[in-house]
Amino acid sequence: MTLLAFDWLLIIEKLVLIAIIVFASLGIALYTTFAERKVAAILQDRPGPERAGPFGLFQPFADGLKLIMKEEIIPSSANRTLFILGPGLAMTAALMTCAVIPWGGTVSLFGREISLQIADINIGILYVFGVVSVGIYGMMIGGWASNNKFSLMAALRGASQAISYELAMSIALIALLMTTGSLSLRTIVEQQMAPGHLWNIAYQPLGFILFFICAMAECNRTPFDLPEAENELNFGYHQEYSSMKLGFYLFSEYVNMIMSSAVMASLYFGGYDIPFFNESVLPQNIAALVGVGALLIKIVIFIFVFMWIRWTIPRFRYDQLMNLGWKSLIPLALVNMLITGAFILARM
Amino acid sequence: MEALTNRVKEVSRKPMSFSERLYIPNILKGMAITFSHMFKKQPTIRYPEQKREFSPVFRGLHVLNRDEEGRERCTACGLCAVACPAEAITMEAAERLPSEEHLYREEKYAAKYEINMLRCIFCGLCEEACPKDAIYLSETFAPANFTRKGFIYGKDELVIPNQLTDPAGFAAARGAARNN
Repeated sequence: MTLLAFDWLLIIEKLVLIAIIVFASLGIALYTTFAERKVAAILQDRPGPERAGPFGLFQPFADGLKLIMKEEIIPSSANRTLFILGPGLAMTAALMTCAVIPWGGTVSLFGREISLQIADINIGILYVFGVVSVGIYGMMIGGWASNNKFSLMAALRGASQAISYELAMSIALIALLMTTGSLSLRTIVEQQMAPGHLWNIAYQPLGFILFFICAMAECNRTPFDLPEAENELNFGYHQEYSSMKLGFYLFSEYVNMIMSSAVMASLYFGGYDIPFFNESVLPQNIAALVGVGALLIKIVIFIFVFMWIRWTIPRFRYDQLMNLGWKSLIPLALVNMLITGAFILARM
Repeated sequence: MEALTNRVKEVSRKPMSFSERLYIPNILKGMAITFSHMFKKQPTIRYPEQKREFSPVFRGLHVLNRDEEGRERCTACGLCAVACPAEAITMEAAERLPSEEHLYREEKYAAKYEINMLRCIFCGLCEEACPKDAIYLSETFAPANFTRKGFIYGKDELVIPNQLTDPAGFAAARGAARNN
């Protein structure tokens, strides 16, 4: 019985938290697809979807219903197991990132201090990188299992792009971690919240730009959407997919976008910190909720910038992509790391 | 070599400068352009509720006219069929019986009058050729149909509703431009 003598309430608390965060992320992702179309339309002088419900607000449900109702096709020459595994893996990996993101401070409910973070592990950011790398397998497996040359080519492109940009991303991140001295996302956010300490963007502007560009490449967003290049590869790695499997792939892209926005907001923009405001004057629960709101606003701004960039610039050519990654971003990230190191040394 | 027009644009093949190779300044410029489009007026017309107004010279489906007493004007002279460059019009003439004087204006009338809307190029030459002011092009266009046969419009589709018995249908077929 001693094995069962641990804090059961903790399990319940975490389960509730997981349910809330996962469903909230899915809900936001649902409306991100809508926002994508709306932003695209507004940037192109069009009204966008506006027929389903008031202002077209039910459009994502109509889209989802359409995807669910479509016929599920598995090509006869495809590898069945992997074909089904691919989208599931992509979606799982996309959602798993949300575990280490600190969504807010702590609230006290029913006499318990509940931290608004599923798991405050001390290697949080490393975990994010690990999970994101697993997400690439979703793409790779999907492209391979389809048994279609376009899908395979797209998957290869996607994997090589992700690997190239992950490198620059991690080096840009190392510079940040040198200043913070911690891999835990909550610690990083709390450091930025401390009085007299600015957000990390002030200390790492170049690092942030590099990280942002690489995050865009990791999410396969335009201008880095080579794996999906419609005009070259038909539809990319999910060409053979239909119905909800396709929906999972498309959806995981939006979840990825939200998660990378949340990571960027936590790393460089103070996470759930409210700018120019001292949260400690508010009661604890309200401060935590306002903090969640602040983080969400930051995420929304990031997502808007993602979309804004998508509807502004065309896709890179494959050689340009590799040139930019290996010849510009990685050297710049290394220089950034050197400068940061020199500063830290000088201050010691 | 001398340029043929004044619109020739020299293509520069020089390698990209440093700021161009950075991409970022130009990307920011592009983003400023797209951002400014957020505040531009949308030219969208929300179709089923709003309709774009036709130009006053729009030429749509044909209408066979009636005179003030509601009698068909067409005398089946065949001038429209002769004028038609697409050979879309066929007709058969018939003689008016004494009991039909309230139906047809003159002694001869078109017993059959067909326009193949798939052949028609909506040039309006039939309208110009008609000496009796019997045919003109309205403001509607042919709706979709499942068969080619459906596009051969007969008299039942072409003749305008009688303004004395069906004023609403008459006004609708006549079109907004002519009603005003």
